[in-house]
Amino acid sequence: MGKKEIFFGLVVAVFLALLIAPLASSWPDGLERVAENKGFLEKGEVKPAVSSPIPDYAWPGIKNEKVATSIAGAAGTLIVFGFGYGLAFVIKKLRKK
Amino acid sequence: MHIPDGFLTANTWVPAWVISAGGIGYCLKRTAQVLKDRMVPLMGITAAFVFAAQMINFPVMGGTSGHFLGGVLTAILLGPHAGAIVIAVVLIIQCLIFQDGGLTTLGANILNMSLIGAIGGYVLYSLFKRVIGAQRKVWAVGLAAWFSVVAAAAACAVELAISGTSPLQIALPAMAGVHVLIGIGEAIITGLVIGFIMKVRPDLISN
Repeated sequence: MGKKEIFFGLVVAVFLALLIAPLASSWPDGLERVAENKGFLEKGEVKPAVSSPIPDYAWPGIKNEKVATSIAGAAGTLIVFGFGYGLAFVIKKLRKK
Repeated sequence: MHIPDGFLTANTWVPAWVISAGGIGYCLKRTAQVLKDRMVPLMGITAAFVFAAQMINFPVMGGTSGHFLGGVLTAILLGPHAGAIVIAVVLIIQCLIFQDGGLTTLGANILNMSLIGAIGGYVLYSLFKRVIGAQRKVWAVGLAAWFSVVAAAAACAVELAISGTSPLQIALPAMAGVHVLIGIGEAIITGLVIGFIMKVRPDLISN
């Protein structure tokens, strides 16, 4: 993959997170719906095992929900890109040894 | 379909962690044997795309939404082992940074969406491709994507049942029923993206 294509791919992903993710449906997903209908949703209302810096895809401190989602999404996309790329790079390095 | 902390008891999430750690370890080993230079950035981009696409919930029926999972997409692009690693990368970041899916249940989420979703989905894709024919393989792609979501949902229902959270005869039809619909979205997105890549960069597709 050329540098241009890597850049294009990353732009598409960041675009999705920045501009489309804030328009996503806020209805509960399939598992949450089943949990609610079958009466076990409250089992998930425990203190999470780790406290996350950006819970629920909302950048902390931003009042506008859509903007908070945009920024959290774009940041997450770049973090995941870095982690995925970095891990692949390490796997590749280890192989050469 | 990200299971939060609290839904699974230790008798379920501990074995799920063990299976997932073993499975991903095996995938890392296999990927190290076949990883080509061009795949390194592609793994990063695919992970980024799957993460962003997973944020986009679409409504499937009154009051319920679903989102793309990406197992079959990554497995076809990168091969099943690297594909499973990419989905695990997304799940780990979602859990640790965005509180989407619990830490105790991370093993179960990797089992369902990465090992079953990507590797299981890839096995189905290979099977369907043989039956349908390689020239119409985009249909095999869509069908495998649909099945991968329903299979992951079924696995989730089994885990809920083992944990005593919801009996199997209730959880299984409920989870499968919703994800039969969500899987249609998975099939359309996976088919469109793979169809597009087959047209512009067929060499990027590992199989």
